[in-house]
Amino acid sequence: MVNIPSSIDDPIPPAEVEDVELYHSHSWWTTYVFSQDAKVIAIQYSMTAMSIGVVALVLSWLMRIQLGFPGALPFIDAERYYQFITMHGMIMVIYLLTALFLGGFGNYLIPLMLGARDMVFPYANMLSYWLYLLAVLVLVASFFAPGGPTGAGWTLYPPQAVLSGTPGGQDWGIILMLVSLILFIIGFTMGGLNYVVTVLQGRARGMTLMRMPLTIWGIFTATVMALLAFPALFVASVMMLFDRLLGTSFFMPAIVEMGEQLKHNGGSPILFQHLFWFFGHPEVYIVALPAFGIVSDLISTHARKNIFGYRMMVWAIVIIGALSFVVWAHHMYVSGMNPKFGFFFATTTLIIAVPTALKVYNWILTLWRGDIHLTLPMLFALAFIVTFLNGGLTGLFLGNVVVDVPLSDTLFVVAHFHMVMGVAPIMVVFGAIYHWYPKITGRMLDETMGRIHFWVTFLGAYLIFFPMHYLGLLGMPRRYYEMGETAFVPPSAHTLNEFITIMALIVGAAQMLFLFNLFWSYRRGKDAGGNPWRATTLEWQTPTTPPPHGNWGKDLPIVYRWAYDYSVPGAAEDFIPQNQPNPDRISREHMS
Amino acid sequence: MAVVLILVLVAVASVVFHLLSPWWWTPIASNWHYIDNTIIITFWITGFVFVAVVLFVAYCVFRFRHKPGNRAHYEPESRKLEFWLATLTAIGVAAMLAPGLFVWNQFVTVPSDATEVEVVGQQWLWSYRLPGADGRLGTSETRDVTSDNPLGLNKNDPAGLDDVIIQGGELHLPVNKSVKMLLRSIDVLHDFYVPEFRAKMDMVPGMVTYFWFTPTRTGTFEVLCAELCGVGHPQMRGTVIVDTEEDYQTWLQQQQTFTQMMASGETKTVN
Repeated sequence: MVNIPSSIDDPIPPAEVEDVELYHSHSWWTTYVFSQDAKVIAIQYSMTAMSIGVVALVLSWLMRIQLGFPGALPFIDAERYYQFITMHGMIMVIYLLTALFLGGFGNYLIPLMLGARDMVFPYANMLSYWLYLLAVLVLVASFFAPGGPTGAGWTLYPPQAVLSGTPGGQDWGIILMLVSLILFIIGFTMGGLNYVVTVLQGRARGMTLMRMPLTIWGIFTATVMALLAFPALFVASVMMLFDRLLGTSFFMPAIVEMGEQLKHNGGSPILFQHLFWFFGHPEVYIVALPAFGIVSDLISTHARKNIFGYRMMVWAIVIIGALSFVVWAHHMYVSGMNPKFGFFFATTTLIIAVPTALKVYNWILTLWRGDIHLTLPMLFALAFIVTFLNGGLTGLFLGNVVVDVPLSDTLFVVAHFHMVMGVAPIMVVFGAIYHWYPKITGRMLDETMGRIHFWVTFLGAYLIFFPMHYLGLLGMPRRYYEMGETAFVPPSAHTLNEFITIMALIVGAAQMLFLFNLFWSYRRGKDAGGNPWRATTLEWQTPTTPPPHGNWGKDLPIVYRWAYDYSVPGAAEDFIPQNQPNPDRISREHMS
Repeated sequence: MAVVLILVLVAVASVVFHLLSPWWWTPIASNWHYIDNTIIITFWITGFVFVAVVLFVAYCVFRFRHKPGNRAHYEPESRKLEFWLATLTAIGVAAMLAPGLFVWNQFVTVPSDATEVEVVGQQWLWSYRLPGADGRLGTSETRDVTSDNPLGLNKNDPAGLDDVIIQGGELHLPVNKSVKMLLRSIDVLHDFYVPEFRAKMDMVPGMVTYFWFTPTRTGTFEVLCAELCGVGHPQMRGTVIVDTEEDYQTWLQQQQTFTQMMASGETKTVN
């Protein structure tokens, strides 16, 4: 057995730079609105993301009602249906999950967990949020633009995305969508560079890379990936904007649209798909890796046990991040690209399963011989393991090229990606909010509301997406406004669709309870104290809670140990904070 | 305890649902039963892992849930255990990948005796083209599409003049004869999808894609579009009828060739 904590005795390096003076706000506006404090920016990011997330939730209700009870809401015609699915997907993936994990949790946790006073570039950090808000507003504006938002599906595949057979294709919808994405990426880049530089340069003395909590490893790796992946989406968006507005033909071959020859010629629709998925697959892990990191810390803290195989966990995150750049075309097995690519991409895709499986093993081995407190964060972490496992395993169907052929473009795919990058990361988001809300507000979230929220969300989401796989196996295609009469679809499949819709309405309603809890507990929640979970990481060791601007009062913390000293044999408490010196060490330093 | 019971229930109910589900794949009508077999292998391996992990988690929660005075075991890592877990996982993954790649090799290798059949997609209609007596399809170009030449055939290519054209109608195929489906679109992406054949492929404007299969039983099958192609996407349906050789020949004689179609088009304009 390798004893990682032996590195406790590593010398603490001297401070390389003087403690920097922060920008001090002078007014309410610069404190709460145009704030340069990463914690305020984190709250702004999170609240904006959750607000637009509510829009996505309502859209999912509407589309489910159409699928379960076709025609029940007469205003949902085919055009609106496609606009709803497109906006739902885009909002959830980009404007909610990416923004919440990196802009929200990243901003809040990176400086606090690493013992920094703030991000290294606070001003750019502030701009990052305002560009994100602008991107969201442009997106929302498309709902009110002539023709409405784009209905091209969240993948925005040309040529249909810019043609008149698709809602918003020849109106404002697709233009505003692309402009919004471009703004989002510019804003993200400002934030992302900040996160990377802060992790590399802003850590407290003694916080070596291999002492960082896995939360930071997850967010850090995801940010590096995002900085490499988003440019592909950026150029694809610009090129498509040119095709739509300037008449270029990057993605447009010769086309006869409704009997009329268009002026485009020579472009390649598949080129867009390569660019999109070169971004799009890493994007899955940009959402998943922060979730992996956070859930590791939730499990460790609430099972009172060090995360099992920390170094393996770090390397698994890094390896998954790297491999995720060479698997993108597994989204394109039936796209018409040269089918020989299938051999390569199926192999790389299934190789990723190995480090991913190791992470699952290490989570459950952390539970083994732990002291498991079934708190809300732990419950959500358990739900994450179940749903992520389920979604990850169905990925082995879709990644295995030949198995993907009958299943691609069916509800099996919809069920798979919702389970693995919808439900599972959102379980972590909830677990993380129940975990860190006490630090952010000084109060605990209400336990009863939390438990109702947990059980309805976990079991409801599972009941939505688990049976859906079987509709896909049956052959029901995705993105169908209505199934109509189809010979191979039995009436029982429609009954199942009704059931799924009812579950979706219930699970959605439970989220309203969660949002209510956020507001209710802010004033009336139980007083939390500084470290209610008795956790080791630095954010719980701040002199005051909630931490003020600058986080640490007069002196920055010094880190003496890794983040997982739970239940150390011989220690008085079942946790030792990272900034607590080793008693031996103090005496030895004293002697020398 | 409720947590333990529900975790066990999730694992057990998922398996029971799988075994009893009335929603299962359509009866296969092509040679791709290998694909179905690979799915079955994958179901067994992944199902085993799912149940094992969820039950293990349930056991951990049952056995190691907090009781006053409990203290967790301290063990940062175990290289040996992690090595064995990695090795076993790699073997399981290889057991799924190997048959998958083996079958994929068959999927991308078109038999030399396969008959070519062209499918043309447009919003929101399927058309088909069969080689005429010469056994060859003539060349085509999206630029050549006009109202009297809806598939854009090259009028100067003699190989195309005898091609059989079926616009918006039913496609017939002879049973037990391999076909290479050549897929073409003149506007946006489409995807020729017949669930019973298992195979599908996108149709991309500007290029010709393909897949091959052998129909193995006669019958009538519904064609769906599997790639979002605009608001009419769910209505883009068609029919494939797999015939005995005799019935197929009878049907084939009734279809019009490109030359006949142009002639009838001209007659119409004259009238």
